[in-house]
Amino acid sequence: MKYKAVIGLEMHCELKSNSKVFSRSRNGYSKLPNSNVCPFDLGFPGTLPSLNKLSVKQAVMMSMVLNCKLPEYMLFDRKHYFYPDLPSSVQLTQNTLPVGTDGAIEIECGGRRQTVYIHDIHLEDDAAAMEHFEDTSVIDYNRSAAPLLELVTQPCLHSAEEAVAFLEHMRSAYKYCGTSEADTSKGQIRCDVNVSIMDEDASEFGTRVEIKNVNSFGNVYDAIKYEVRRQSELKAAGRYDEVVQETRRYDEESGTTQRMRSKENAVDYKYFPDPNIPRYRLTPEWVESIRKEIPRLALERKDLYTGNYGLSEYDASILVREKEISDYFEKCIELGMDPKEACNWITVNIIAYMNKNELTIDEVFLRPEHLYFITENVKKGTISSKQAKEVFFKVLEEKKEPSAFISKENAQISDEGELEGIIDGILAANPGEVEKFQAGKDKLFEFFVGQVMRQTRGKANPILTKELLHRKLGR
Amino acid sequence: MTYMEKSVEELHELLITGAVTPKELLEEALQKSHEIQEKYNAFITIVDQAEAGEVSEHVLSAIPYGAEDLYSTKGILTTGGSEALCDYVPFFHAAAVDRLEEAGAVLAGKTAMDEFGIGTTGTTGYTGEVRNPWDSSRICAGSGAGSACAVAAGVYPFALGTDTGDSIRKPAAYCGIVGYKPTYGMISRHGVFAGVSSMDHCGVFTRSVADAAIVVDAMKGTDIDDMTTWDTSDVHLRDALTGDLKGKKLCYVKELCDIANYPGADEQLKAHLANFMEKVEMLRAQGVQVDEVSVDRALLEAVPSVYLVIGAAEISSNLGGITGLIFGPRGEGRSWAELMKDYRTKHFGSLTQRKLVVGSYVLQDENQERYFRKAQRARRVIVDTWKELFRSYDAVIQPAGTGPAKHSDSALDPHTEGTEALEDAMLIGSFGGFPSITIPDGFVEGLPVGMNITGRIYEDEDLLNIAYGIEGMMDYKGRIAREVK
Repeated sequence: MKYKAVIGLEMHCELKSNSKVFSRSRNGYSKLPNSNVCPFDLGFPGTLPSLNKLSVKQAVMMSMVLNCKLPEYMLFDRKHYFYPDLPSSVQLTQNTLPVGTDGAIEIECGGRRQTVYIHDIHLEDDAAAMEHFEDTSVIDYNRSAAPLLELVTQPCLHSAEEAVAFLEHMRSAYKYCGTSEADTSKGQIRCDVNVSIMDEDASEFGTRVEIKNVNSFGNVYDAIKYEVRRQSELKAAGRYDEVVQETRRYDEESGTTQRMRSKENAVDYKYFPDPNIPRYRLTPEWVESIRKEIPRLALERKDLYTGNYGLSEYDASILVREKEISDYFEKCIELGMDPKEACNWITVNIIAYMNKNELTIDEVFLRPEHLYFITENVKKGTISSKQAKEVFFKVLEEKKEPSAFISKENAQISDEGELEGIIDGILAANPGEVEKFQAGKDKLFEFFVGQVMRQTRGKANPILTKELLHRKLGR
Repeated sequence: MTYMEKSVEELHELLITGAVTPKELLEEALQKSHEIQEKYNAFITIVDQAEAGEVSEHVLSAIPYGAEDLYSTKGILTTGGSEALCDYVPFFHAAAVDRLEEAGAVLAGKTAMDEFGIGTTGTTGYTGEVRNPWDSSRICAGSGAGSACAVAAGVYPFALGTDTGDSIRKPAAYCGIVGYKPTYGMISRHGVFAGVSSMDHCGVFTRSVADAAIVVDAMKGTDIDDMTTWDTSDVHLRDALTGDLKGKKLCYVKELCDIANYPGADEQLKAHLANFMEKVEMLRAQGVQVDEVSVDRALLEAVPSVYLVIGAAEISSNLGGITGLIFGPRGEGRSWAELMKDYRTKHFGSLTQRKLVVGSYVLQDENQERYFRKAQRARRVIVDTWKELFRSYDAVIQPAGTGPAKHSDSALDPHTEGTEALEDAMLIGSFGGFPSITIPDGFVEGLPVGMNITGRIYEDEDLLNIAYGIEGMMDYKGRIAREVK
């Protein structure tokens, strides 16, 4: 491409908590409109904000994840605009003193590491959700006053790929920290994208266009691609003056961006500090205790897995995709399992089982302790690796401790030689039945299986037993 | 003397001994409400369907009271004095109303007021002008005109008000009663329509300092729904009233109170300030130290404009939610913006609209530094000046306003140049969130005037005790308004 793209992102992410950031109503996704609302959420006269301490904690945590500078105290500003999704016409946000400023975070894009610089991150409340029909609009206030963290990057990204990599990175960070479900399908992440282009060797940025309310990462990608192309084509055609500083919106259907309002019509939000929320001091002790709760994040874990444990880039990526899986893996290592072996069990067997049964790893009955027990038995020679796999599935199926299937008495007889001896004895003791079966009485097959089971008290490997019987009986 | 002209403690005694029943009290309050409504237009809603309370140990049990119509009342129309909310019935009580209900007090009326508590005259509410019970050609001042009128006229012993500038303390003075605004955050504002959030105070009109203490005792304290409330569990206002002023040091500001500041003063102002100085001498004679102090006049003169800028700014923000979409008679138009514009244009009074324009202007990005932030800094300097006074003095006293109640036709009032600072000096109590109380301290031209006493933040016990002591040296407690014409 002829021009360099300059991209800045604003990423809004809904936080996870029981109650909303400024009110007592439930904070949670609900399909039933207007079921999680209280007078404050509807802007009833005389209602006042009550700040949720958990939201502040989560905001501080994410500020630290982004290596931002923390303020001495929390301060909220009123941002004013008229729109039916904002019942009080006041959004409480942090304009003067955001919870984080001047941050930087390392991400990975296409196998390369790069640093993304953060302008600021601030805590605010969400507006209601609206749906527009031909001649009417409906409002769902469930989201009203729900906690929202908005982070603003510096204009330091240069492609749609980088932008999406950053968003993916942040989505993972939110999930790892447990601060948000970060589910775009529930509208929990929304983005504004700033795009401009410039000559490769230019020192000044071009004209910036803002694309508002892009609600999926796919759309972010497409919107950037489209907008860069649009601006580039105009510039190439000598019509760069047609690129004006304005706000556009992304139209999913046509895959294009369209003008919403020009800079001249920009809204003056008339920010001023909210008098209803007294300044809330962030004590160093509290901040430190929050810092201690930040888990190691995906990229760092990936480096550890490839660097220290010798896992492949691919396997490590699978393990860190979800924190719960990564935690499971790390627990296995902690118990003493070989990293590669643990990785194999998880990436090959457990994840397949999870997918098939639509379970999360925390819902899988087989815990790291179980996996460790099974592999230890292989190591001790109590069971073969083939048996280990059988025990693994037994544990999952019957939801019983693996010891139930491994202990000396209960261990399955899967030794071919041992079973062969038993079967030979049974066939020799029942010549009449053998003859009848061979003459065509199929039902008798189950009789022989039963005999083997009786003699082994059910421990004979049923598959192997049937295989051997077929072989010996000749059909 | 009718029952409703008595004090809370007297009524409690009568209820406990069975000399009067809760039903009799309520009936009298309602009947008087209707009479006063006829004469002075003091109510927006008279709660005829109210149920008589039950007598309990609580001194407020079964006592009827009124609340300014800015207080949300569950199931009872709450308009804030605005046509824009002329059909709004909240489904929750304001926290203060809740607490009074717990104490057993009986809400018998919603009183008239300036629209959204914005005005200072009691004449801008959508239900019309509230007239003064001492002289119906005069105003009660605002915004709490209806509450002041009702208490002064003997409808009930107390009524709730809100004080943002001097909306309790000025009407109290004009009506010859007590008006008390406690320290900011002492009473939860939850459910009280917001005006200027950084200066909005809940408070009360009564006919005695003791009653004011009792009512605020029942309403005060932390509330999960108002983050600016503070822990008052150690504050016991009524119990702290001893009337002992020994060792108390008071002061008044020369630049406000000295008649020499007003060359060409009219007779009324002269009488008003002379009355105040008489009371100063009375205090001194009783052994109370009262000093004259000096404050930069420029600072005092800045008070009205500082209030205008900050007040209008916050009002414009707080009224943003009154759009006619969720409540209020919905406007007409083809888009949401048209609906809102139509509704706000049609139903907001002209004073409110003026405040919205000013507020919006001073908050605009290009104007904010020049007006709003500058006003905030000036407010800080003024408050610090008063805090400095409180290092040496227990309270600052002053005459409330520039004289007795003004006429609704302002042309009938005398006017002396340069009195704006005195007229608005009680705003300083709101700027700093200081506890401040007005008590009646005499008559000028047959009409009541008041003395304002402002104390240190959080030291409401001390302030009320000073007021109680001064009240005890005079003979204006418990007066019921009588037409003087």
